[in-house]
Amino acid sequence: MVAKTPFLERVEKALADEHLRGAVRYTAENLYMKRKAVMADLNALAVKGEAIGTFEELRARAQEIKLHTLAHLDGYLKQAAEQIRKNGGVVHWAKDAEEANRIVLEICKKRGARKLIKSKSMVTEEIHMNHALEAEGLEIVESDLGEYIIQLAKETPAHIVIPAIHKTRRQIADLFGAVAGHELETDTKTLAGFARATLRQKFMNADVGVTGANFVVAETGTICLVTNEGNGRLTTSVPPCQISLVGIEKLVPNLEDLAVMMGLLPRSATGQKITTYFNMITGPRRPGEPDGPEELHVIFLDNGRSNILATRYREVLTCIRCGACLNSCPVYRQLGGHAYGSIYPGPIGTVLTPLLQGFDQWDELLQACSLCGACAENCPLGIQLHKHIIHLRGELVRQGREHPLMRTALKAVHFAWTRPGVYRFVARSAHLGVKPFIRRRADGTEYLDNLPSIAAGWTNSRTMPAPARKPFHRRWAELQREEGAK
Amino acid sequence: MKVSLFITCLADHFAPQVGEAVYRLLRRHGVEVDFPAGQTCCGQPSWNTGHLDDARDFARLYIKTFARSEYIIQPSGSCAGHVRYFYPEMFPEGSRERQEAVAVGQRTYEFTEFMVRVLGVKDVGARFPGKAVFHNNCHMQRELKVQEEPLEMLRCVRDLELLELPRPDLCCGFGGAFSIKEPEISTAMADDKVDAIAATGANLIVSSDLGCLMHQGGRIEKRGLPIRTLHIAELLWEGVQQNGR
Repeated sequence: MVAKTPFLERVEKALADEHLRGAVRYTAENLYMKRKAVMADLNALAVKGEAIGTFEELRARAQEIKLHTLAHLDGYLKQAAEQIRKNGGVVHWAKDAEEANRIVLEICKKRGARKLIKSKSMVTEEIHMNHALEAEGLEIVESDLGEYIIQLAKETPAHIVIPAIHKTRRQIADLFGAVAGHELETDTKTLAGFARATLRQKFMNADVGVTGANFVVAETGTICLVTNEGNGRLTTSVPPCQISLVGIEKLVPNLEDLAVMMGLLPRSATGQKITTYFNMITGPRRPGEPDGPEELHVIFLDNGRSNILATRYREVLTCIRCGACLNSCPVYRQLGGHAYGSIYPGPIGTVLTPLLQGFDQWDELLQACSLCGACAENCPLGIQLHKHIIHLRGELVRQGREHPLMRTALKAVHFAWTRPGVYRFVARSAHLGVKPFIRRRADGTEYLDNLPSIAAGWTNSRTMPAPARKPFHRRWAELQREEGAK
Repeated sequence: MKVSLFITCLADHFAPQVGEAVYRLLRRHGVEVDFPAGQTCCGQPSWNTGHLDDARDFARLYIKTFARSEYIIQPSGSCAGHVRYFYPEMFPEGSRERQEAVAVGQRTYEFTEFMVRVLGVKDVGARFPGKAVFHNNCHMQRELKVQEEPLEMLRCVRDLELLELPRPDLCCGFGGAFSIKEPEISTAMADDKVDAIAATGANLIVSSDLGCLMHQGGRIEKRGLPIRTLHIAELLWEGVQQNGR
């Protein structure tokens, strides 16, 4: 028996966790249905001329915008950087996670900052920023409710948009109760109220606010934050210093393009027409303004992205991290996010993680997909995720990273089945070949069970039909005779 | 009208009666059918597992075998979807082979797609008592964009109650080699699907994909549930015979 891989162990753990599966299924289904409804609304409005386009139209425009931006990324990055500087911000460039974290630490050191507050950001998860800062004795607190829950649980986000998707109310109440020092009720008002009161203090005392960015507008140097809780606004208005970490693929050329993206992002992510809060931050506080940071830093992060630019996978960089692929994925629905082991889970994580970090730890993710294509269908950028998974599997095969028995089986099938004579011989012999595994039902029909080797993967949980004694191609002549005789 | 039958490797090996049903139904509607001898498999197993060069060999064989066929009928939405959607990208843009791949895809039809869209036949005159759920496979709904045709045909079957499945678009977890490589996830997906079907009160799962049916049926048998799985062509042909009696 082959030893269980860490991935398989995580899968089994997730599948055995009924709380997790119930919570994930409930929320993913809810988000999927809300998205579907809001897209139907959008299409109906567009037909009446009351929206800027149908889903398909917006998707086509968004694809064009993002692919154009990626094709001219150097120019747009330069323009964005110049504009941010003109607005009074400071621009940094980070090649990888280590560099990005070092830049953040240096900014904090220079300001004597000890306490940081953060709004929701996947890219800071990608570079494990919290660990890096905590290792230097700094305090960094997550202010997004879901992220706060995850931070207390010492976990990573289980979903790109809904980090605590896998947690039940009871589990959240227990985590908050441990901070409060007394037991908490499980109703939304109590839980959200507790987080709000606790985090409000953290906002007031923070030296630095850290954000990601949903978009950066190159023409104006504007950092755009899409949130529902208002924590993004507090993070960027209360602390005296703001640091925004931005993947280099996050650019859009201008405000008109931004409008197209914003037509798609909230709808795809949470089924909302627009989010509760949408911040557009163009520079630090100007003289005479009552709030906002006195210092604004933007760190543009590469961390493997530029390696993808010149490959067939370029369109993966058009992803706007809406999570629609997760919500529509039948595998994610079973597993939740942690089984993947990667920061970005679900279909986009399955494709993006090996592209950013190589195959070594991540080749197995690529097998955890039935290629149903629901992800591509629901992606607001039309990223052909299932196609990319096939081509990445192709890379695995070329590199010899494949289960040896599976490889032997597939090579044998290729040899035999691309030769029609051999194919027919094998088909005729199949019934004889599997004789030891043939079982008989009460009605006399046959099936297979207890198959050996890799085929046991099937028969452990499913019976298998027995091969016909006479395959179709051997019945063809008599069928024709019968029909002809009519 | 003359068509060629591509039986698919699964039906050839495991369900020849499906091929017979397709053949009989086509004949019944006056269609001439041939069965080109060189056919084997569409090559989906190789493609989906990343054996992309091997998959191209299967595509070449299919293109060659059906070079002279005006219509190619398959009892599988998944394989037909593979031919139409994926064959072209296996060959360089602008190449002759690419053109041939595109053309063979345009001539390839899933069985119900052909019956409804080309022949204009929805009612084959079948009677089949039962409560059925139709399971549309992923490639058929998303790549071939065939969704309504099988339902239209089933609605014409006398005494057949067609039940609504919540989220019919969700994958059942077959996925070809996926079902063997990741049996834990694949089985969990099958259980969700089968539970949802059982909750409708159906005693019959009908589909145009033998892979999904083997997977769901195999799970149902292990769990001992009273639900039968049946290919749509088989149901229609059985139904025609029942009606004739």
